[in-house]
Amino acid sequence: MIMDEFIWRALIAGMLVVLVSGPLGCVVVWRRMSYFGDALAHAALLGTAMALMFDLQPLIGVVVIGGLISYLLMSLQRKKDLSSDAILGILSHGALASGLVMMAVMQSQGERIDIMAYLFGDILSVTWEYIIWLGIACVVVLSFIVRLWESILSIAVHEELARSEGVVVDRVRLIFMLLMAVLVAVAMKIVGIILITALLIIPAASARRFADSPERMAVLAIVFGLISVVMGMFASMQWDTPAGPSIVLSAVMLFFASRLKPVV
Amino acid sequence: MNSFLIKAENIGLQLNQRQILDNISLTINPGEILTLIGPNGSGKTSLVRVLLGLLDIRQGSLQKKDQLVIGYMPQKFHIDAVLPMSVLRFLQMGNKVTLEEITRTASSLGIVSLLEQPVQSVSGGEFQRVLLTRALLRKPDLLVLDEPAQGVDINGQQQLYQLISKIRDDYGCGVLMVSHDLHLVMEATDQVLCLNTHICCTGHPEAVSKHPEYLKLFGSSLDGMAVYTHNHDHSHDFTADSEIPNCSSCEKNPLQKEHDHDHG
Repeated sequence: MIMDEFIWRALIAGMLVVLVSGPLGCVVVWRRMSYFGDALAHAALLGTAMALMFDLQPLIGVVVIGGLISYLLMSLQRKKDLSSDAILGILSHGALASGLVMMAVMQSQGERIDIMAYLFGDILSVTWEYIIWLGIACVVVLSFIVRLWESILSIAVHEELARSEGVVVDRVRLIFMLLMAVLVAVAMKIVGIILITALLIIPAASARRFADSPERMAVLAIVFGLISVVMGMFASMQWDTPAGPSIVLSAVMLFFASRLKPVV
Repeated sequence: MNSFLIKAENIGLQLNQRQILDNISLTINPGEILTLIGPNGSGKTSLVRVLLGLLDIRQGSLQKKDQLVIGYMPQKFHIDAVLPMSVLRFLQMGNKVTLEEITRTASSLGIVSLLEQPVQSVSGGEFQRVLLTRALLRKPDLLVLDEPAQGVDINGQQQLYQLISKIRDDYGCGVLMVSHDLHLVMEATDQVLCLNTHICCTGHPEAVSKHPEYLKLFGSSLDGMAVYTHNHDHSHDFTADSEIPNCSSCEKNPLQKEHDHDHG
């Protein structure tokens, strides 16, 4: 197999993303936030559409709309007459639908938008410039995660205990939400918004049986993510399958393989 | 003077148009054990949350000693199995303590053999000790224990309460604990506060246990397990002296305000 430069770029981009999605994914699994991850990912489509409309950086649109969704979620949760997952379902699909409508409208006005690339990713088209931005984003997100790790962990274990011990829970949650939004914004290109949550959850779930500490689980989630990227890219080259879904499928296969390990 | 750890004056709390706490005043001093008792729904946990600063109050005032360190032991909770964590890691989480300190505190509470075990695998009584160890590692001025004996059998409960008295002697900290059962905590406590939205009676444990208000709430059964029937057709007047016990005015005062409450 000939390794063209674009394949290297795709591999590097994929690996950078799982470096971040590994630890974030563990937290998502611990705090049962996978629906929230979905909602953020779907909101990212709307955010991107808005950014395109106003000629802004997509990242800004994604983070702003992600923040808006989180705020709506919190204020709807305060009235206790609907469960969180119902509210998330409404917000998530509402954001997805409005993003799709908006993009279609812009298309009809002559904008050239490849909706499929947003939905399912377009890892083979990443440029070196994109990789540099991705690298910077990864370093920033990872350094926040490391810095806030103990607080994030305390909140995952028991929010009130953490609060009583002086953890500024609301601030940590807000930062965590922003980190997720940044991840969504950069991972969109790799696996597409439909499959971003998969990249968060599946490697973390595979890591669980091999880990005896939270840190090890985070590191192993990265390792499983890296293997999935390599496997998926290889499959994509070999059998000409779409890259993003192939990566996720590899992660799923690894997950079932990890289940073969007996519980200690 | 000013030697108290926490001083609450005339605290009132309403949630969803329901009076949760009404005109609560209390003082916790260093080296003193204060036990809160009261039926389900009487506001015990809410009062604890107010004192911890987890709930804001609009009525009354709350003073705390400067840089008061609180070791909080929440009601028994469950750490999800998806989070791999040993007892040791749980004790270290967010705490700047040395391994040596942890080992010392853990062995004084008899849990040193559990340190390497997953936190999900320890029994209810053991986990309560783990939580207590965590609270103590903060070198608290005040220990706040919410139903420390939950899920612990009767023998274990007695041991636990003895342990708490011993901790008070060794560490010289104040202790606020919540309990269902006066008779078991009797020997371990200096002061009892019987709560039912308002303060029903307060004072030394023996006095409270014979107090008509207490008997009305809990019945006279000496095993402390009686099912109580709660017919509140009396009233209180708290403007009277704060002698211990201070409930002598309950049924005689002509200036009573009528109130009624129901418990779920």
